[in-house]
Amino acid sequence: MPEAPEGGRMGTPPRSPWALYLAFQRLALQGFGGVLPVAHRELVDRLGWLSPQEFVELLALCQVLPGPNIVNLALMFGDRHFGVRGALAAASGLLTAPLLIVLAVATAYRGVADVPVVTGALRGMGAVAAGLVVSTAVKLWGTLERNPIGRPASVVLAISTWVTVGWLRWPMVWVVLGLGSASTAWAWWRMRRAGLDR
Amino acid sequence: MTAGATMIDSLWAMAGLHGHGLADVLQLALHFMMLSLLAIGGAMTTAPDMQRYLVQDRGWLDADQFTSSIAIAQVAPGPNILFAALMGWTVAGMAGLVATLGGFLLPSSLTTLAVGRYGRSRADALALRAFTAGMVPLTLGLLLSSGWVLTAPTRHEWSTPLLVVGTVVVMVRTRLSPLWMIALGAIVGALFMR
Repeated sequence: MPEAPEGGRMGTPPRSPWALYLAFQRLALQGFGGVLPVAHRELVDRLGWLSPQEFVELLALCQVLPGPNIVNLALMFGDRHFGVRGALAAASGLLTAPLLIVLAVATAYRGVADVPVVTGALRGMGAVAAGLVVSTAVKLWGTLERNPIGRPASVVLAISTWVTVGWLRWPMVWVVLGLGSASTAWAWWRMRRAGLDR
Repeated sequence: MTAGATMIDSLWAMAGLHGHGLADVLQLALHFMMLSLLAIGGAMTTAPDMQRYLVQDRGWLDADQFTSSIAIAQVAPGPNILFAALMGWTVAGMAGLVATLGGFLLPSSLTTLAVGRYGRSRADALALRAFTAGMVPLTLGLLLSSGWVLTAPTRHEWSTPLLVVGTVVVMVRTRLSPLWMIALGAIVGALFMR
């Protein structure tokens, strides 16, 4: 039985930066409306480069860090295996082909942007895009049950964020620094009180 | 004017700047660099501030162009961060694209690489867990703001609330691909939103 070190809990590493580039390109091109689910299927299930546990840990770390989660995941994974070369290979695999496709679609759109039916279609798609973003928020709502902040404070914070950023159009930087530090302090206090600080 | 300066000017023109100078492009890059570091809950949480900056403050895009950049990026495969590239491209061609996409990726990527190399062991410290938990309600509020801002060009249409609510219900209740809803939106829009 072929066994990886540590009882098979580790993935088998990619062979080269080029393999990284191709793998991330392949998963990016399958990702319509979100690449992360595809990333799990490709990196864990198909290629076996990461064990399920490793994937979850890597993703958790990338979600705390600023920037697009999937790009962070590609960078960190690539860097682990081939240093900066690997990071660049994975991230550019993720971005280059989709970027060219997006630009091609946008160019094609520009050619017909004056046609009312096309303008209307794109507006309808924009409304659906808004719905897609809101549905991410709704799914996130479900995770609040396990959040140490508690529902009442979460609701107040979420509404305050919406009012200031979405409605009053205050610059995001002040809202995130202000409400974000208040929220973090509150979470910290609640976790200590609940004895979650070990 | 010297020949060198003229040549640089014409190079800028070739880059498709749409009348923007170097200073504009630098400001664009700087704003997206700042947003990069604020994007804790993903790229989409920064869309309201991109709209505030590009549409309201600068007037470099109109509300329709802004929302359609995000809609187009969602039809195409790949990470949704490409909507930022599309916005920069619409504002100032290739230079704008480099400013927004490069600006949005550089600070967060350097942070990620640094943390990946030197910061792994502290991943479950109390302060970090408190930060992670504390950012969730903000992310929620920011995503709702994004949804709200994206409806700016179509808010007066009767079909907009139907499409938004319908999409939310389908995405939360079923495992249908978002592409089906986008296609439905295109049909409804072509019929009723022109």
